[in-house]
Amino acid sequence: MSVATTEPGRLERDRDFNFNWAAAGPFLALLVLLAIGFVINPDFLSATNLSNVITRSAFIAIIAVGATFVISSGGLDLSVGSMAAFITGITIMCMNMMVPNVGLWSIPAGMAIAVLAGIACGLVNGVIVTVGKIEPFIATLGTMGIFRALITYMSDGGTIPIDRTLREAYRPVYFGTVAGIPLPILISLAVAALGAFILYKTKYGRQCAAAGANEDVARYSGISIIRTRTIAYVIQGACVAIAAICYVPRLGAATPTTGVLWELQVITAVVIGGTALRGGKGRIWGTVAGAVILELIANLMVLSDFVSEYLVAAVQGVIIIIAMLIQRFSK
Amino acid sequence: MARDPDMQQTPPRPDATQAEPCLLRTANLTKQYGPVTVLSNVGIDIHAGEIHAIIGENGAGKSTLMRLISGYVQPSAGTIAVSGKRVAFATPHQAEEAGIVLVHQEILLAEGLTVAENLFLGRELTRNGLVDDRAMHRIAREKLDELGCHVSPRTLVRDVGLADRQLIQIGRALLDDHKLVIFDEPTAVLTGNEVERLLEIVLRLKDRNMGVLYISHRLDEVQRLADKVTVLRDGKMIGTYAGHTLSQMDMAELMVGRELSALYPPKSDAPRGEAILRVNNATVPGYANDVSFTLHRGEILGFAGMIGAGRTELFEGIVGLRPVDAHVELHGQPIAIRSPREAIDAGIGYLTEDRKGKGLLLQERLAPNLTLSALRRLNPGLWLRKRQEAVALDQAVDQYDIRVRSLRLHAGQLSGGNQQKLLLAKILLTNPSVVIIDEPTRGIDIANKAQIYTFIRKLVSEGKACVVISSEMQELIGLCDRILVMRQGRINGEIAGERMTESNIAWLATAEAGVAHATEGGRV
Repeated sequence: MSVATTEPGRLERDRDFNFNWAAAGPFLALLVLLAIGFVINPDFLSATNLSNVITRSAFIAIIAVGATFVISSGGLDLSVGSMAAFITGITIMCMNMMVPNVGLWSIPAGMAIAVLAGIACGLVNGVIVTVGKIEPFIATLGTMGIFRALITYMSDGGTIPIDRTLREAYRPVYFGTVAGIPLPILISLAVAALGAFILYKTKYGRQCAAAGANEDVARYSGISIIRTRTIAYVIQGACVAIAAICYVPRLGAATPTTGVLWELQVITAVVIGGTALRGGKGRIWGTVAGAVILELIANLMVLSDFVSEYLVAAVQGVIIIIAMLIQRFSK
Repeated sequence: MARDPDMQQTPPRPDATQAEPCLLRTANLTKQYGPVTVLSNVGIDIHAGEIHAIIGENGAGKSTLMRLISGYVQPSAGTIAVSGKRVAFATPHQAEEAGIVLVHQEILLAEGLTVAENLFLGRELTRNGLVDDRAMHRIAREKLDELGCHVSPRTLVRDVGLADRQLIQIGRALLDDHKLVIFDEPTAVLTGNEVERLLEIVLRLKDRNMGVLYISHRLDEVQRLADKVTVLRDGKMIGTYAGHTLSQMDMAELMVGRELSALYPPKSDAPRGEAILRVNNATVPGYANDVSFTLHRGEILGFAGMIGAGRTELFEGIVGLRPVDAHVELHGQPIAIRSPREAIDAGIGYLTEDRKGKGLLLQERLAPNLTLSALRRLNPGLWLRKRQEAVALDQAVDQYDIRVRSLRLHAGQLSGGNQQKLLLAKILLTNPSVVIIDEPTRGIDIANKAQIYTFIRKLVSEGKACVVISSEMQELIGLCDRILVMRQGRINGEIAGERMTESNIAWLATAEAGVAHATEGGRV
């Protein structure tokens, strides 16, 4: 064995600066995109355009923070788009129901209900996957159909509009700004910061990554896989609820097409953010960058005349494949 | 131990003429994976009608050598010559065409196909372009009879026992006329009578003037069969010796490279302490049946047995990793352990035999690996205390002599020995009073082995109690105070002191309980 003997205490420490290309990748890609955008159309870098783009990416970013937990714990959640629609519907219905009695207080009450509903939905997914031992893909494919059908049923195939009296008061949650920064951006930053704290600084985060990196090692180390993964799905549910809360004022209604295909964008954001789809270490900030990248590309394609914007999904598909190829061959 | 390794140059057997080139000759055969040399400068000669045994510890390079010879991997340097002609096999198929076939240790058969279909898989006999089942069944019957295997060629392999599967696999290798047959641990899964049958088959191949390369852990077999014995240690060739000149002890010492007694720490002569762990009537469905034993303070208790005897599964049951029905008492108090977490909290640490698959996160750094089982003990609150973690790692590196270039390495970048020490440190960080170690030194080099033995002895001298499960009989004999031998899920006997010998272990591991007990007085 040609391993050098070392003196304890003189070894490198974790704090040492070490540039990690894998971790920096999504941010570099973001910079490159911004540069390309500027070349194509200088308006692209305007504060208005950028803040619009990032605001639009907030839903995906918030949900994708939760998905980073699920994926790094070794799971997958295909139901997030339908779940978002379902929770949006429940939230609006509850708010509308409460308006005659409590007036504007129905907004915070409805938000609380949204979060509880999100947690419940996540719990259902988590329990089916962990206790029921069903493949995450199949289990959440099932709940995806269920949530989608429920919102269609609740809206009777049409829309569930929010009560007129609430519309004005609720509007700022999506359209408002604090110090010039749109609220959804601040909310997604807060969610990401909290997510990063949980994933990197708490015992749970460590257990989550261990369960995803190698289920057997985690189990043999006394970590409950059932508990760890279920909590990841619950976090996912809560994130979906927060996204739904931000989404309600945008259109002021829930429809059966709310959140369609969000799950694919969410998974794409997580993967291009550098989190391995097979589990292990999650990269929260990479995920956020991934969500912004997706929206930036769509925006670029609209602003430029090179490629039809009908091909946005195709370009995003190409990007997820490239991201996976990079992960595969950078090992 | 002044044996002359130059015996490689022994004159050929009297009945072989000097002019006839030997069946297979390797010269300076070397294999490197990246910077790691797993085999260096091995030169062996195998003649027709000769059984040549390769012995060495786990990781000594035995399997690499035979994979090189049979075309599964290609050498980094050195040459292989068959009947005097230099060859370079790119695939196992090319080696087979040159008359060299490898009988794998693992059973590689398609369970859903019949015995005959397996025998002829990939080389089916045809007539007029159609598969000729009748001819294949006839030949299969002949070949199986030759091997003393009496299953019908039409049976599905799924319904055939382990020993017969091994024979089918050998039958598959012998279907074509080969010049050299390589056996890799052929008796690892066989029991008493089946081993005898296999040894007879090997001797019959020799009588048919074929060359046999025989790799085995079981030195008694090697002594009975081998005309020549080549010893490998840490990838290097120690020498080739005439079989009859070596005793089993000589072989063991050549493999280890030092006096065996120096490898193991001295055993404690203190009287054994009070019972710490009492396991009564433990049953792990499908693996262990009604097992009872008591573990005392300051004791290293060995668990011996064949692969599949249920040792690992028994202890996985006891620590809550599998369903088990057992009455367990720890420090005199009955406890129920339903999950690994509860085992850790109760003070029972289990170190898995599968270091890479179940022990360490290979892509993760050292500190998270070290603390994974002890997260709760080290971090009483919600969040991680990274400073504590760094201190724990410093101490572990120091205490267990884990040799690393940098603390930022991933666990997968450590050598096997250092991984094993890290794993030991990880389990001990939970501060258990009972430590169960499954295969403590599998695949690690000799210096690390000696260190791990010392660590284990030190644990028990500090008042802990230790169970060691091992497939290496020498290890159990050298390390343990007492050995329980399991066979087919039951404890088949207990031996201690002078009675801890390889032949007693092998006997108890293979003979039926009634027989073992009836003859124990006479034999043991």
